[in-house]
Amino acid sequence: MVTLSEKILGAQAGTYVDRKVDKAFCHDGTGIQAKIIYDAIGAPGLANPDAVYVIYDHIAPANNSQTAELQAELRTFAEKNGAHFREIGSGICHQVMAEGLVHPGEVVIGADSHSCTLGALGAFATGVGASDMAGIWVSGETWLRVPDSIGLHLSGSLNAGVEWKDVALSYVAELGMDGGTYAALEFTGEAAPSVPMEGRLTLCNMAVEAGAKTGLFYADTETRRYLARYSVPCHMQIPENPVYVRECDLDLSSLEPVCAVPHRVDTIQPVSQLAGIALDQVFIGTCTNGRFEDLARAARILKGHRVKVRTIVVPASERDYLQAITTGVAADLVKAGCIMGPPGCGPCLGAHMGVLGEGEVALSTANRNFKNRMGVGASYYLCSPSTAAASALVGEIADPREVL
Amino acid sequence: MTALKGSGPAVCIGEDIDTDLVIAGRYLRTKDWSLWAKHVFEDLDPTLASRLQGSVLVAGKNMGCGSSREQAARALHEAGVLAVIAPSFARIFFRNCINVGLPVLECNIPECRDGMMVTFDCTEGWITVDGIRHEFLPLSPRMQEILSNGGFVEYWKRRLER
Repeated sequence: MVTLSEKILGAQAGTYVDRKVDKAFCHDGTGIQAKIIYDAIGAPGLANPDAVYVIYDHIAPANNSQTAELQAELRTFAEKNGAHFREIGSGICHQVMAEGLVHPGEVVIGADSHSCTLGALGAFATGVGASDMAGIWVSGETWLRVPDSIGLHLSGSLNAGVEWKDVALSYVAELGMDGGTYAALEFTGEAAPSVPMEGRLTLCNMAVEAGAKTGLFYADTETRRYLARYSVPCHMQIPENPVYVRECDLDLSSLEPVCAVPHRVDTIQPVSQLAGIALDQVFIGTCTNGRFEDLARAARILKGHRVKVRTIVVPASERDYLQAITTGVAADLVKAGCIMGPPGCGPCLGAHMGVLGEGEVALSTANRNFKNRMGVGASYYLCSPSTAAASALVGEIADPREVL
Repeated sequence: MTALKGSGPAVCIGEDIDTDLVIAGRYLRTKDWSLWAKHVFEDLDPTLASRLQGSVLVAGKNMGCGSSREQAARALHEAGVLAVIAPSFARIFFRNCINVGLPVLECNIPECRDGMMVTFDCTEGWITVDGIRHEFLPLSPRMQEILSNGGFVEYWKRRLER
């Protein structure tokens, strides 16, 4: 009668607990702010340096001297204090942590809202701000309110041209931008075991877009298969008749390719109804959809053709990038006219590498289309990698099912 | 020190205000906190920043959704906001406000008008708006302790001294 969150945190929903943090990570943006707080507290050192990760992804490489100087300060701090440091080009913090560093059953805290991504591995993973991260550096612990859980029951299977991103956008639309506030989302149901890890990461990544504290999959044979790649052992997690405060059924067979339309993540329309909207830029990447499988899906559509609109592709990690190179996926994308950026967040947060201008319209595989986020006065539609690729071919929003 | 009780004129903003709108990504990379007070809400309404000193910010549901950037809470605090009231908050923003020493009160105020007088008491858990009293769930003892210390830094300094 316990949810996975209650089991991992060892207390009932609604209880406040102090928990040792198994993995604590931040990036160049939040890390420097955490260092400012940490320095002000004046602690003697990191309580558990081996649990601390600093991963450069947000403005990577630095866009100006001021950013470079802040990055230099945090880099020196991480190295001097024995934290794990990952240089620019390693990848997006969530993806780097997903590559064998996070294990099922762990408590994982990231100084970034999309830290919920790592619930895909059966960990309790959530985001905090800079001060809370500094507190974890000081004490090795943090306080958490054990969340209620919402059960998302998956059934059926995806039709051709429909992807995990379409499922993510569809459940966020179903719950609404605050439908999961303070709660955890548990992905269960007959179809859950068949969701591949890359799909689980996409689904859990967007939990915060419904306001949720995290999204979780139970560790199962797929988790074991995935972690074996990194020689990480996997303890299975079996659902113990969890009690949910709300339950939603998602029939995968009933879904179609969708876009979240400007400027709300929870407002979706079928791609078929948006076809023909002219685009100034397409962006394929981010912690939602920058993995090798995402790039491969885009390449499958773009191979042998030429994009009609500037198309930026940013792999989620060095590993994803290398796999795209060795399999020929990167060459297919570049031959099709795509611009490959270094692994990291790319233009997602509106700081560099593809920020849009007033009146421009973009299609993006990211998780947020907030007004002005990726460029002041621009409009963004969110979609799957296949929808992005099919649209890049014609320079306007297009249904991937017509080119597959 | 953070005032756990206070009063000020309301500044009203809408629902689902994300932290990108509170402080845009292009202003985050700095140690100069006053920069955030200057550019707070710039992409939402550029006239807001100059009206925040001594005000109580009254927001719609899901206040502070999106990015974990603590700069959003810090910007409001630096701009002189006394407290933020909303029917619901995004949880990271809620924690961040407490940590920067800015009281957050989960309370539904049916109709917000700019300039209406709001008085709040975090310890007892009530708000009066133009004299009408609304109650809310008081903050947890730890949240109150962080706030009463003036924020996370002072709270931790005290803890390390003990």
